[in-house]
Amino acid sequence: MTGPDVVFVLLGIVTIGSGVLVVTTRQLVHAALWLVVSFGALAAGYLVLTAEFVAWVQVLIYVGAVVVLLLFGIMLTRAPIGRAADLDSGNRWAALAVAVATGALLVTVVVIGFHGVRMELCDPGSSPCEASAGRAGVLGSSIFRTWVLPFEVLSVLLLAALIGAIVLSRGNGREAVE
Amino acid sequence: MIALASLVILLPFVAAFAGMLFGRRFPASVIACLPMAVAAVLSGVVAIWEWRAPGVREGVLTRIPTGSLDIRLGLSVDGTAAVVGFMVCCVALAVHVYSVSYMSPSVGAPHGPAEPDEPAPGEPPEKGPAPAVPPVPVHGEPGRYSSYAAFISLFTAAMLLVVYAGDLLLLYVGWEVMGVCSYFLIGHHWEDRANSRAAVKAFLVTRLGDVGFLFGIFVLGMGARSFWISDVLGRVWTMPHGTVVAGTLLLLCGVAGKSAQFPLHTWLPDAMAGPTPISALIHAATMVAAGIYVVARLYPAFLRSTPALTVLAVLAAISMVGSALAALAQDDLKRVLAYSTISQLAVMAAGLAVGAWNAALFHLLTHGAFKALLFLAAGCVITAVGSNMLRDMGGLRRSMPVTFWSMTIGFAALAGAPPASGWFSKDSIIEAAQHQAVHGGGATKGAFSYLPLSAATPWTGRIPDLGSGIPGWSAWTVYLALLVTVALTAAYAMRAWLLTFFGPPREVREAPPLMRYTVAVLAVPALVLGFFGLGAHELRPALGSALLSLLLVAAGAGATYWIWQRRPEADPALALGRMRPVLAGAFYVDELYNLTIVRPVLALAAWVVRIDGRIVDGAVVGTGRGARTLGGLLRRSENGNPQAYLTGLLTGLAIVVLAVVIFT
Amino acid sequence: MTLHLVYPVVVAALLFAVGVYGVLARRNAILVLMSVELMLNAVNLNLVAFDISLRDALHGGQVLTLFTIVIAAAEVGLGLAIVLLAYRNRQSIDIDALRTLGEETELGEEAVK
Repeated sequence: MTGPDVVFVLLGIVTIGSGVLVVTTRQLVHAALWLVVSFGALAAGYLVLTAEFVAWVQVLIYVGAVVVLLLFGIMLTRAPIGRAADLDSGNRWAALAVAVATGALLVTVVVIGFHGVRMELCDPGSSPCEASAGRAGVLGSSIFRTWVLPFEVLSVLLLAALIGAIVLSRGNGREAVE
Repeated sequence: MIALASLVILLPFVAAFAGMLFGRRFPASVIACLPMAVAAVLSGVVAIWEWRAPGVREGVLTRIPTGSLDIRLGLSVDGTAAVVGFMVCCVALAVHVYSVSYMSPSVGAPHGPAEPDEPAPGEPPEKGPAPAVPPVPVHGEPGRYSSYAAFISLFTAAMLLVVYAGDLLLLYVGWEVMGVCSYFLIGHHWEDRANSRAAVKAFLVTRLGDVGFLFGIFVLGMGARSFWISDVLGRVWTMPHGTVVAGTLLLLCGVAGKSAQFPLHTWLPDAMAGPTPISALIHAATMVAAGIYVVARLYPAFLRSTPALTVLAVLAAISMVGSALAALAQDDLKRVLAYSTISQLAVMAAGLAVGAWNAALFHLLTHGAFKALLFLAAGCVITAVGSNMLRDMGGLRRSMPVTFWSMTIGFAALAGAPPASGWFSKDSIIEAAQHQAVHGGGATKGAFSYLPLSAATPWTGRIPDLGSGIPGWSAWTVYLALLVTVALTAAYAMRAWLLTFFGPPREVREAPPLMRYTVAVLAVPALVLGFFGLGAHELRPALGSALLSLLLVAAGAGATYWIWQRRPEADPALALGRMRPVLAGAFYVDELYNLTIVRPVLALAAWVVRIDGRIVDGAVVGTGRGARTLGGLLRRSENGNPQAYLTGLLTGLAIVVLAVVIFT
Repeated sequence: MTLHLVYPVVVAALLFAVGVYGVLARRNAILVLMSVELMLNAVNLNLVAFDISLRDALHGGQVLTLFTIVIAAAEVGLGLAIVLLAYRNRQSIDIDALRTLGEETELGEEAVK
């Protein structure tokens, strides 16, 4: 195992571990906080993979916005702070079985398929990394050249989501959602 | 001549439909009587023509291809057919004219229902004033008369078709239409359930016989490879013996049914529930005679089939004596006449069985005349008295003279007292039976005569005068039965006569003129028809049998008279003592049939209904229930929990991916 | 410096499995949303790993990752709006209790779990 391998494995353990805690903890707010940990570890993993821009966007949006939103949701729905006994539905054993099956299936397939593949990561700071793929400039120019149309569509999607969220949350005596 | 014969059939047929369609607007009586009168005249013309120029005339309208044996729509007129057809037309005309008056509202007094009495033996029944008549709807509203007359016309047309038909299946058509019309006519006053039940009984019992009849026709037709009667009779001696025997035995089923012989005789007494003119037409002169007529028509086939004639002989003997005994004990005038019809038909059948073809046909004609006379006169009496029951009658001699003298002639003919026609015809049959029993047959058939009765038939040239070939014991049975019947007939005829007309005088109104003069007109042939037979050798009275029958008639009538005159107000049948209920119930044959046939069939039907409801319906209902249960099981997965749905989805997905990975 | 591709991809697979468990097993709707985020993150990791590994000239993997992040954010916003609406109407965001999609039994009750 190379250096990056080890680092990435450790980060992976943190990610997955906190993910497991998210789905099993008895406290709702703790779940949100463990989610932060998971996202953060993942961002570090992106860094290891030399995808810097993605890493920062991950932190910015996921940790910064999504988790905050989720916390707001928890507060607004008067979720129990502290231990709640019944956060797991009756479905949990079937869910466990399905999850284990999915995990096993995917891991097996992937390991069989990509067993010896290596990727070359460039050293940070060395000259070839000037043009490395993960740098903001490179990615930005790629977005605004090759992927500009999907980008525009995405902005429309965001607009639609914005309007939809506003409409949905108006409520206030008007129960029926137009 | 075939054209005339076809007209004779068509006129009543058209009158029937005209009556049904227009009977309410035009006078239905004219629509009914006029075509019948014309048909009677035409049939008389046919009869005279046939007498002057004897022979068989045939005409085919068209052939109906059936794939195997064709059916020919055609008529075949010979001497027998001509004279029987004339008799049918005359009786039908008399019935039509009589019905105009009988069914009119003014004659409305309904008769009491014919129920069997339960007299205590030894106790005299009351002969006082007539008991209260139970309410029966008044016949004679105009609508009902027109349908009644139309059905009578249709019935007559069907009977004439039977008489003149040249093809066996055409004959069968007429046969069946007669059965249907008889059902409608017996049940004419259907508001009274008893009438409907009697009609259904008549229909079912005759229908039962008709099944055998149809198969008999098939057997004979297939054997002769043609349904045309002349062909069948011509090939009788070339067909295998078994075929002929089977065919004739099957035909006998229909004969027994239609002509009310044992064991299919039970419908006739109950059919008296119908209006009296119907009884006169159907159950005296025409429909019941059709069976005898068919045997006579197909006589060469029967001559070859000795077992059939033997069976006929036995049935005739049983019917003769049994019904004569039953007639002795009946309380209803019409039922007396019904049983006497069974008995006289049995006499005709016996005549045919011993080979006296001409004599049997002669008796058919005279019986048609005097039985119609008796029934119509009985209708007059019943209308006058207001009840069917003998105990309500009596002393009518002075009040109803025309009816009295006509009915006297009728009873005399029935009993076989000279010089009425019945004596001549019965005597001929007795003579033939005697010959058959004593000499093993012979010398009673002649092909030479001045009468149309024995016209030469082309199929065998003549009826061979070898007697009928039935075994000795059956011939003796027939002969002895005939003798006993003569005595019994005289006895019950005398009883009916005395109870109706003698005794303390009673004041009633004589029947309406149309009715009583029709009866009087019928009395003429009843009296003189016998003399028409003098031309034929076999129809002349023979000394020995004539004396014997006279003796028996005197004995029977005398015994009844002697019992009666001791106590004029009592019913002579009381002398029967213990036997009376048995005889009145006609030996309980009806009850026997009820027990052995009706009840098991009804039980079977109930069982079938149960099976159908439980198993067949149960299967259907069970299928529905099963589908519902299955649906209920499937419904459990629709529990509204999205996580459950998603679990299922992902499980399926995992399995699919696994499969893909493994197998590719 | 080389990194074996297996590791990021396996981590992504396991993270995805954890997310599946969370979606199917958690009773609170918001927890379900969190689990969905986990799954999306696993997908993102996969995309980035392959992008770097294949040295995609178009950088499709990373761009798609960015797009996925954006879409996930929008989706969480909307999802929360719906959850809040459900909470306002039913006073509960317990998934087990929101059963009106279910088939009614003959007695008129909602189907058994």
